[in-house]
Amino acid sequence: METILVSLGAGLMQAFEPLNLFMIFAGCLAGLFVGCMPGLGSVNGVAILLPVTFLVPPTAAIIFLAALYYGAMYGGAISSITLGIPGASTAVATVFDGRPMAQQGKADKALMAAAIASFIGGTVSVILFTLFAPPLAAFALKFGPQEEFALMLLAFATFIGLGGDDIPKTVFSILLGLVMAAIGFDIISGQPRMIFFDMVEFQRGIGFLVLAIGIYGIGEMLWTLESTKGQVTMHKVQITWARMKANFAEVKKYINSTWLGSFLGFFVGTLPAAGATPASLMSYGLSKTFSKDPDSYGKGNVAGVAAPEAANNAASTGSMLPMITLGIPGSPTTAILLGGMIIWGLRPGPLLFTESPDFVWGLIGSMYVANVATVILNLAMIPIFIRVLAMPFTLLTPIIFVLCVLGVFATTDRMFDTWIMLILGVGGYLMRKLNYPVAPAVLAIVLGPLAERSLRQSLISSQGDVTTFVTRPISLTCVLLALALISYPLVQRALRRRQSQRRAA
Amino acid sequence: MTYLKTLAASAAALAVMAPAAFADWAPRKPVEFIIMAGTGGGADQIARLLQGLIEKKDLSPRPFIPINKPGGSGAEALRYMQDKAGDNHTVMMTLNSFYTTPIIQEDLGVDVTEFTPIGLMAMDTFLLWVNTDRNDITDLDSYVSAVKGAGLDWKVGGTGSGQEDSVLTAMMEAAFEYEVTYIPFPGGGTVAKNLIGNQIDSTVNNPSEQMEFYRAGNSKPLVQFTGERMAAFPDTPTAKELGVDIEYYMQRSVNGPPGMDPEAVEWYTNLFQTLFDSQEWQDFCVSDGLTCDAMMNGAELANFHATQKDAHVALIEQVGAGAITGE
Repeated sequence: METILVSLGAGLMQAFEPLNLFMIFAGCLAGLFVGCMPGLGSVNGVAILLPVTFLVPPTAAIIFLAALYYGAMYGGAISSITLGIPGASTAVATVFDGRPMAQQGKADKALMAAAIASFIGGTVSVILFTLFAPPLAAFALKFGPQEEFALMLLAFATFIGLGGDDIPKTVFSILLGLVMAAIGFDIISGQPRMIFFDMVEFQRGIGFLVLAIGIYGIGEMLWTLESTKGQVTMHKVQITWARMKANFAEVKKYINSTWLGSFLGFFVGTLPAAGATPASLMSYGLSKTFSKDPDSYGKGNVAGVAAPEAANNAASTGSMLPMITLGIPGSPTTAILLGGMIIWGLRPGPLLFTESPDFVWGLIGSMYVANVATVILNLAMIPIFIRVLAMPFTLLTPIIFVLCVLGVFATTDRMFDTWIMLILGVGGYLMRKLNYPVAPAVLAIVLGPLAERSLRQSLISSQGDVTTFVTRPISLTCVLLALALISYPLVQRALRRRQSQRRAA
Repeated sequence: MTYLKTLAASAAALAVMAPAAFADWAPRKPVEFIIMAGTGGGADQIARLLQGLIEKKDLSPRPFIPINKPGGSGAEALRYMQDKAGDNHTVMMTLNSFYTTPIIQEDLGVDVTEFTPIGLMAMDTFLLWVNTDRNDITDLDSYVSAVKGAGLDWKVGGTGSGQEDSVLTAMMEAAFEYEVTYIPFPGGGTVAKNLIGNQIDSTVNNPSEQMEFYRAGNSKPLVQFTGERMAAFPDTPTAKELGVDIEYYMQRSVNGPPGMDPEAVEWYTNLFQTLFDSQEWQDFCVSDGLTCDAMMNGAELANFHATQKDAHVALIEQVGAGAITGE
């Protein structure tokens, strides 16, 4: 413990060196920008700015890139809330409630909740990181395919909570997402499958962002156009000190979801192959399941913004853990960071902590400072972001459309995906009109491939024996939790029905 | 006379074209650096090292952006490159699945000999690894008897059916007359992690994938599948020393899509030659047990690919495609 504190102190001192402090602010600002541009995520930001870091010492370099990574996590929320387009895949769950809040004239509240939840998520996870990095790395090693699948099962169980009252429609939406996730190459045998009309373009599958931007960007745009007939401008928000203070007082409304998201996000982030997107989606689902008022989710509940935002920031710190201790990146962005570290002459792995303590502790110290820096920058910039909403919808709609098209094309570089996005957007709009929940489909396309791979790996290794999922302690725990989660809303609903019947009688 | 006219016309045409053709080509937009394997694996580490060196040494006016396309044992990446035919801003870091995947997946519609060879950066090697917890396994003999004792409960981790490690696993199954359960993971890094976590029993990882765990004392190599012992592993015997005739390497070459413009090929070849000659790369080769004597390129590399492809056809026929894909 003492050694940790001494090392951490040294790390913090390092973070406050002028160059490093400058790097933190520069990184956070750059991250905010790439994060809020649809189609540009932290991956692109880190990849593009990697060369800049060769001008400075390794520690300053990783501090810059790590700050950029957090900044992007915050930034993703901005376009999710103000425009309804997920700025990055990690911010999709933020759209669920952030967008309705903006439409109700509460964009400042949503942005503030996102910033504060992100701050708490980031800080909680960096504390966990500081205290428990080596044991957590050892724990992550216990996660074999069986545990991964059980965790995915747990994530799917939260769907039930996500789907609202209509379970058959939720299941339909999940299946639709799973079918889309299955397009492309078979994960195990490598054979192409579900290639519709024998179009080779389908071999690359349907990307998660293609679906998310389509459903939330285009679908939402059509929906708003229809419901408002293009007449209404967004509610203008005047930022005053009184309002800011009132917003601060609201923290207690979403603090529980924030804690939940922070711990869950960190934990899911530390598992190689999971990353921030599943973490934020799971956090949203769980927060809704345990909420006293689950029906308000998706209609502008501030806790629905806080939960995923806390989780995606916590996960971005969490995913540094396997990178540093095992040399295996927990997310695409950390994969690029890993490349950078190799250039700087550092070999991430079990020995990094002992061989390059300055580097590791400098990075950890910077995480604390970066969290403070981003929350300050973000809160200060809320009045600027809000101005987007002052635009009349007749102007905003074409801008959203262009950003959607651009965002998809920038990520995949294919017109084919852009068309698919538009088709899915119309599909998403129709689903909404028919009262089908769309969020489960989005979740299924993210988690489907992860679940499929781990399921098949587990069954190969157990030679087809399904009891493998309940004979391993961690896996069993997850499976039981999943079962509890699935039955929880059902039981609750049944109880409520009985109560109301009793009242009626 | 007509002949002369044509000649003159062609000469004139050439003269007009010449400035364009010989003008220094350089990327005009970011270059996609495709990796046909997952993150953390050997190909991934190498590609990211090269990308970093390009940036550090300022060798390209536009950045190289590494993109992993591990799906279907590299099928996703191969198909992507095929669809990018004629594109001058996409190159791919390949490994042996460059040969094996199109052989096993006949309907993929990819012929790698049509791809544009740029440079062979290294030949990578394979070792047989187990977790250091396995005190009962100290050498190849005790390994073989442990596998035979466990039967199908013995789990070998790899990077995908049809990937080079599954070929090597199949070769070992044939040589030692045992059968194992082969579990595919996305990328050599994940395989290494699962060995350290005791989720699998053995792997045939490349040195770079296990190096840090080996240095930390988490895993141990039993055999190397090379002609001679590598400098990085002086105490590990080669399979040949132990009387087992398995020698298998992995090529690490950079290739472009079919039909890349010659000027672009020249630019990329020079780029990767510079990288190959750099101190950083040569140091990496030594520390990670790669063989990097001279960079093969152009027609020589094309020949190499053709020979390797045929060799893998023969190899897959010998061990049977079923042994590799596990069907």
